[in-house]
Amino acid sequence: MSDAPEHSPTFARVSLARRLDRAAPYLLVPVLVLLGYMAIGVPSSWLTLTVSGLAMGMMIFIMASGLTLVFGLMDIINFGHGAFISIGAFMGVSVLFWLPGWTQAASLPLNVAAISLAILAAMLLTGAVSWVFERVIVRPVYGSHLKQILITVGALIVLEELIVVVWGGEEIFLSRPEMLQGAITFADAALERYRILAVVVGLLIFAALRLVLQRTKIGLIVRAGVQNAEMVEALGYRLKLVFIGVFVAGSALAGLGGVMWALYEQVITAGMGEGMMILIFIVVIIGGLGSVEGAFIGALLVGLLQNYVAFLEPKLALVSNIALMTAILMWRPQGMMPVMKGH
Amino acid sequence: MIDWLISGDRPRSVALGAVLLGILFSLAFAPFLFPGVRALDTAATILIFIVLVASYDLLLGYSGIVSFAHTMFFGLGAYGVALASIHMGPGWDALIVGALAGALSATVLAYAIGLFSLRVRAIFFAMITLAVASAVAVLVSQLFQLTGGEDGLTYRIPRALTPANRVGELFGVRINGRILAYYLLFFSCTALFLLLLRIVNSPFGRVLQSIRENDFRSEAIGYRVVAYRTAATCLSAAMAALAGSLYAIWLRYVGPDTTLSFEIMIDVLLMVVIGGMGTMYGAVIGATIFVLAQNYLQNLMGAASDATSALPLIPDLINPDRWLLWLGVLFVLSVYFFPTGIVGRLRAGR
Amino acid sequence: MSDPILTVEGVETDIAQYHILKGVDLQVPRGQVTMLLGRNGVGKTTTLRTIMGLWRNKAGRIGFDGRDLNKMPIADRCRAGIGFVPEDMGIFAALTVEENMTLAALSGPLDPARKDWLFATFPPLRTFWKSPAGTLSGGQKQMLSIARAMAEARSLYLIDEPTKGLAPAIVSTMVRALRELKAQGASILMVEQNFAVAKALGDRAVVMDDGRAIWSGAMAELAADPALQERLMGLSMEAH
Repeated sequence: MSDAPEHSPTFARVSLARRLDRAAPYLLVPVLVLLGYMAIGVPSSWLTLTVSGLAMGMMIFIMASGLTLVFGLMDIINFGHGAFISIGAFMGVSVLFWLPGWTQAASLPLNVAAISLAILAAMLLTGAVSWVFERVIVRPVYGSHLKQILITVGALIVLEELIVVVWGGEEIFLSRPEMLQGAITFADAALERYRILAVVVGLLIFAALRLVLQRTKIGLIVRAGVQNAEMVEALGYRLKLVFIGVFVAGSALAGLGGVMWALYEQVITAGMGEGMMILIFIVVIIGGLGSVEGAFIGALLVGLLQNYVAFLEPKLALVSNIALMTAILMWRPQGMMPVMKGH
Repeated sequence: MIDWLISGDRPRSVALGAVLLGILFSLAFAPFLFPGVRALDTAATILIFIVLVASYDLLLGYSGIVSFAHTMFFGLGAYGVALASIHMGPGWDALIVGALAGALSATVLAYAIGLFSLRVRAIFFAMITLAVASAVAVLVSQLFQLTGGEDGLTYRIPRALTPANRVGELFGVRINGRILAYYLLFFSCTALFLLLLRIVNSPFGRVLQSIRENDFRSEAIGYRVVAYRTAATCLSAAMAALAGSLYAIWLRYVGPDTTLSFEIMIDVLLMVVIGGMGTMYGAVIGATIFVLAQNYLQNLMGAASDATSALPLIPDLINPDRWLLWLGVLFVLSVYFFPTGIVGRLRAGR
Repeated sequence: MSDPILTVEGVETDIAQYHILKGVDLQVPRGQVTMLLGRNGVGKTTTLRTIMGLWRNKAGRIGFDGRDLNKMPIADRCRAGIGFVPEDMGIFAALTVEENMTLAALSGPLDPARKDWLFATFPPLRTFWKSPAGTLSGGQKQMLSIARAMAEARSLYLIDEPTKGLAPAIVSTMVRALRELKAQGASILMVEQNFAVAKALGDRAVVMDDGRAIWSGAMAELAADPALQERLMGLSMEAH
């Protein structure tokens, strides 16, 4: 690394270029939205696509946030993360099926209450499973990426198969709660109600995560631990306990994302989480492993791009994400907002 | 002579040597020892997977890199032969052109992926290969005019390699083009395997292993870690593509399920781990055991499940549909408790 | 020596396959500054890191204030009363100076009186209180690193080369700060290459060579005997 010399008094030199450099990732989202507008040309279609892109991005972010934090904090890469998405989806959908009165009622509060309960159940179950997962699967392979990848892939298969054992191997179709079906029309654009809800939930989660990370002592410990775990220990904090907390919380968020995604796709399969992992990996790589903000921006970029391209040239939709990843890695090999390790 | 062929990499265990010789003998005379279409198919599949798994071990075991794109390279080789045979007409030239094109494109793609991911962190590689491989799989099913989509492609290969070509009889077994094709596979796979053995025992292979052990130190010593790892990736990809080409010649059909699926990737991972990472002989043992189990054990599980149908829970758990569950459990347990695999065990228990 | 605060006995530490500490014996007396001296690569930093628990010793015993540290997790060693300033300063670059300091205050918010004292000792901390620590200069980072260790009173400080690469003015700030720390009753074990600083601050000295402590005694005795320095540390470390 050939950064600025170590002892340079850099404070005076935060030039415009450097500030722009730091802000650049944030600017990419509006730039992409603008490019989308120019490419699509029809304002109403553009608005519809932008909202669905944001909704998709928010959901991917919810699923990706835990993965990137776990990596940043303990240098652990969990390929089994996708299983928590599936488990959350199945648990949440089961709860929704138990509450037909609430989901079919033409009452937004009842509908939202049903979804909230589904999410709560999903998060509790995924949190509990991930707590066991951390002890049994992850803990014995600290420090070895190779073994981590192999073991967590094995565990992913086992968990997916256990879902099949519990819920059966068939895909399960579901419909959204009554008041969240259909679309509202705004400025000639059809905006699906559920996608608007997804954007709201995503923003709330992001705000909550930021609040915890920026304003609480635990958040401070996590942010410091991502940079220099050893020093946090030397300052008197047992990082392993914090890590288990982050692992469980991150997995519960994956479960939450699973419920949201299930309602978005209106069909669930045991392999859905595994499928999502591809987009999630792209998001955490382009965001910079360990960075929550990076994952947020990365997820929005992926969601928007996927929707714009699917409209313009459907066959290129998936390839577009690979192209995005390639372009960003060419620009910043460590991702958009790499976590500063050390000092 | 034999020592030269195996590049001085001896089994270093009597039991291992005996097992390897047994496998070699069985595969060499499979058409005579195990008559029947299904047995020959199994033997051919074992041959292909030995090369595929060995080429994967060059990455995983020898270089310490996890890739999820190995079946993609395998598929490139297979689709290369299929497309060449369709567009050039059945012929030896089509097979050769298809195989070379497949291997070349696999190498180029591996180089590109390596360029982006290996220079930053080795774990990027695992994630990026997963993303790229799944994108390619989707692409293959979308570009159905070219690839046949989910249905795949069937094509004709030179008549000399088909059952229609009757040659004569030997030891009471009717020799036809299918058996000739088997021996084409047998000798090609043996040659490719010996070549891989040569590579890992060359100075290049030793550098890879020292990088795996300690990449900081190797960098300090002056080996260019990224260059070596990228080279290993390309070599492994080209070998996988060649295995895919041979598979395409054998099956006379390619489709996503037989070459590209993530499930095959998991199978390959399991074969490497069960056989033993970081030793080419592990690939032989892993592939043989696994393919045999896949072809015969699943039936056995079905029978056992039926036999125990009166009992609670047990028939559910040994239902052949739970095959993957047990594979996963086996996989996790092997990584924990037998990281050196069967070969490591045999060598340790010498 | 009566009741030392830290006792290291026969400590051996391996890093990867390398045998770095080959049996270190040393004692840090209460309320004094002990200098850990020796050429580069003899194991001084490893000794500090082993005491802190960042490397695990495979043999020997580390006793601190009547407790056995051997099995104690890193975090608990800090809570038991050891402050640590690592060689690379261990600053969290993306956090602000304030956040770096807040993190170091284990029992609630930073004590205002202590904060004022630290501001008076290290004025740049006040100036850059809300700035990311990564934007500080090398000397300012070193001040932050030491101030962070001092955010709450600890009974023993392990300090690794606090004056490395610093301008003379900042070095004297450091020396003054460490003197005040000692005046408050703290004990200090400090690795130092700058012999002038060692002489100015040290009460006692321990000299290491090849993974062992080969000499210990009064700093004044070592400082007064160039021949002894020559013998222990290979080259004369006469004051700059």
